[in-house]
Amino acid sequence: MNGVQVSTTVNGDVEEFVCHPGETLLEVLRNRLGLTGAKEGCGTGDCGACSVIVDGQLVCSCLVLGAEVEGRKVATVEGLADGNRLHPLQDKFLEHAALQCGICTPGFLVAAKALLDDNPDPTEEEIRYALAGNLCRCTGYDKIVRAVDAAAAELRKSSKKKASGRKK
Amino acid sequence: MSDTGIGASVRRREDVRFITGSGRYTDDINQPGQTYAVFLRSPHARAKISAVDSSAALAVNGVHAVLTGQDMAADGLGDLPCGWLVKQKDGSDMVSAPHPPLAHTVANYVGEPYGIVIAETLAAAREAAELVMTEFDELEPIVDLTGARGADQIHEGVSGNLAYDWELGEKAATEAALAGAAHVTRIDLTNNRLIPNAMEPRAALGVYESATGEHTLYTTSQNPHLERLILSAFVQVAPEHKLRVVAPDVGGGFGSKIFVYAEETAVIWAARKVGRPVKWTADRSESFLADAHGRDHVTHAELGLDADGRFVALKVQTTANLGAYLSTFGSSVPTYLYGTLLAGQYATPNIYVEVAGVYTNTAPVDAYRGAGRPEATYVVERIVETAARELGRDPAELRRLNMIRPDQFPYETPVALVYDTGDYEASLDRALEHVDYAGFPARRAASEAAGRKRGIGFACYIEACGLAPSQLAIQLGAGVGLYESGEIRVNPTGNVTVFTGSHSHGQGHETTFAQVVSDKFGIPFEDVEIVHGDTGRVEFGLGTYGSRSLAVGGSALVSAADKLIAKGRKIAAHMLEADVDAVEFSDGQFLVRDSNQALSFGEVAFAAYVPTNYPTDLEPGFSEKAFYDPENFTYPAGTHIAEVEVDPATGVVTLVNFVAVDDFGHVINPMIVDGQVHGGVAQGAGQALLEHGIYDDFGQLVTGSYMDYCMPRADDVPDFLVDTTVTPCTHNPLGVKGCGEAGAIGSPAAIMNAVTDAVGDNGLSMPATPEKVWRALHG
Repeated sequence: MNGVQVSTTVNGDVEEFVCHPGETLLEVLRNRLGLTGAKEGCGTGDCGACSVIVDGQLVCSCLVLGAEVEGRKVATVEGLADGNRLHPLQDKFLEHAALQCGICTPGFLVAAKALLDDNPDPTEEEIRYALAGNLCRCTGYDKIVRAVDAAAAELRKSSKKKASGRKK
Repeated sequence: MSDTGIGASVRRREDVRFITGSGRYTDDINQPGQTYAVFLRSPHARAKISAVDSSAALAVNGVHAVLTGQDMAADGLGDLPCGWLVKQKDGSDMVSAPHPPLAHTVANYVGEPYGIVIAETLAAAREAAELVMTEFDELEPIVDLTGARGADQIHEGVSGNLAYDWELGEKAATEAALAGAAHVTRIDLTNNRLIPNAMEPRAALGVYESATGEHTLYTTSQNPHLERLILSAFVQVAPEHKLRVVAPDVGGGFGSKIFVYAEETAVIWAARKVGRPVKWTADRSESFLADAHGRDHVTHAELGLDADGRFVALKVQTTANLGAYLSTFGSSVPTYLYGTLLAGQYATPNIYVEVAGVYTNTAPVDAYRGAGRPEATYVVERIVETAARELGRDPAELRRLNMIRPDQFPYETPVALVYDTGDYEASLDRALEHVDYAGFPARRAASEAAGRKRGIGFACYIEACGLAPSQLAIQLGAGVGLYESGEIRVNPTGNVTVFTGSHSHGQGHETTFAQVVSDKFGIPFEDVEIVHGDTGRVEFGLGTYGSRSLAVGGSALVSAADKLIAKGRKIAAHMLEADVDAVEFSDGQFLVRDSNQALSFGEVAFAAYVPTNYPTDLEPGFSEKAFYDPENFTYPAGTHIAEVEVDPATGVVTLVNFVAVDDFGHVINPMIVDGQVHGGVAQGAGQALLEHGIYDDFGQLVTGSYMDYCMPRADDVPDFLVDTTVTPCTHNPLGVKGCGEAGAIGSPAAIMNAVTDAVGDNGLSMPATPEKVWRALHG
């Protein structure tokens, strides 16, 4: 089987890799790039544990081929924090204990990031609907929803500050 | 209370690695030279395996081996044992059918493994597995639980497919009391088969070092020491001292990762056979097919009440599906974890239960969150609710009338348990207040006005956690003790490494246990590290199941801490030239009573390792271990109330309100406890409304993916209102009871009582799917 040469950007870094044509983006991330944050929970796009963002679009990386990300921008949970500074979503997940075993958490964080990028002020119903593609067996979703809501408020506060800072 | 001590909602320290994607689960671990395994699985529910031809598979580039059940048997590996020997009514032992890790003569359920393919890459292993030509002689599968006893025999020597016919309680007295009752309520219930679905599929990575004979197995286990014990003592894969089992970060268990399965057994064996590390990770289809399932009971129950509404007798007859083989604890779940809980919170004087444990050609059934106790609660709380409706009594008040009162503890039930403490009315009252019971008629009227039906349902559950004590459990058939170990190693600089036999796979032990130990020693939370999940680091353990970790594992840590404090007092007394009896330990200081002389915990630890001024009759070092064997179970209990709205046009049930008031005894970390309840309630809501593992008549699993097996999602559940009342456990040092399963135990009955309150009973069974509810409403 011939390999496919792929050049892409992952979490802001240029990455070059060779993968098999049938290899999924999830396999590439985990096995070739050492980014094991995304998990395989089902391999059929039903659980969201492998969620990543490709060119601003939330996708299940188990359903995307590695070869498809040529020239695109991939964002994973590993790129969420700014160095040692956690993203507000991560902060709020920590504050609310919005996770237990942690296996689905990277997927929830990425899906929540995609939601808030698109809708900075979601209602509880919108949060629940947006996260309905991600399965969690531990938390009953309660604390996750509350954490995303709190992170949205935090992000709105800081973007207001930034905006008013710019006006000056 | 300090910010990080007992009772504080400390942020979970394990979360930092999980939210940054740096958790280390079994599938995240790789070894140099690693190969990949794919299992050969039976496509038939029941078939003789007549021949396995692997020649084409072996010709695939990169394939190292195709090993079958025959090869494993030839190597002398033993069967997978069932760890609990149930005695039947007549005193004889249950009939345990042989359970070879890899089937070699007959396959007895779809997905049963009978071989393993090892290759250089996963793709090659998959390709080769497709090329293995296996000849099966199909046999008529026995799938229907109620028909299984009259059907053809699955296992040689197991007449009527009956593993056991078990009973508990006084039959004659119960029947006499029923005969004399003013009213008898009768119900027939099914408790639906569930598929656990921890979000991390099971996985194993086996490594063998030929130079030393050491085997290392990384695997998704809730109890690595038990895994090692069974693999060495029973299956005899490797001697115990040459086998290390590591259960690193584990992505949820809910019972399904307690058991010792075929796959990890085959992986560690194959690693030695091929001389290379072997890795296997289940895909989700394999999880559906081959993880042990849960529940699956059919029950008839009768409750007798006197003219005042007091319960006089409860008789329960249950047929429990055990699947094709007895899984590790499969036999105990429908017996000792079920029949013993049928008193519930009530002072019912006569109780009798009989359980037929039956083999079928389906996946083995074993403990799943709650394990027996949700099934018992479902029987008790559905029949009590039904009785209230039949008699026109308020369901809350009928329960209250029958509850065991606080002044009756310790209370011995007619089904072998002694409840140590509780205040059931306190939880009931708090829950009624939270749910605004008085306001329900108005809410119902508002729903009716909007064209919807509204119902409210109760479950006043009790559970027994922290299985114990060991001697009694072993008398009742347990194959292992039920204590837990803990070791506290105080380092010379005064910080602490704690080794626990409990295993965390979401419970947050790294935080909670550190709270307990830092509180005990009066040292900073940050100075305590918790180690678990590695037989190479932790001396022994029985792992985490049955909500036992804090009550048993936490108590072991308290015992070890007490030993250290006792030793510290001797060291301090010597150094301060005081009498040992005059030295007290408080808030991190060893103090001489009525003086200003004191030594810090760190100073004493340092002295123990640098013993310059040290008692001559005392060993140096500052490290202690303890095995804690509980005197009794703990008995968490509480009231769950569900409120649902039903759309009569579609049959869709919306869970609009859920209140849980639980008595877990003392709570170490309320934030973690709330989360445990939330998760349990969501699983219970899944059982009541969505989830059902279904086999067709051919024994094919028709709910083998997330498209067919409906898991609760974020938009299926509401915000939960959870609260606690406290009656401390009387017999463990922390006064704790356990909180891991309560949510899943109380909620199915509460929700089904609410649904049937809204739409009428009509024989509605779980899960109350839109179709079933619509049919119940429209005939």
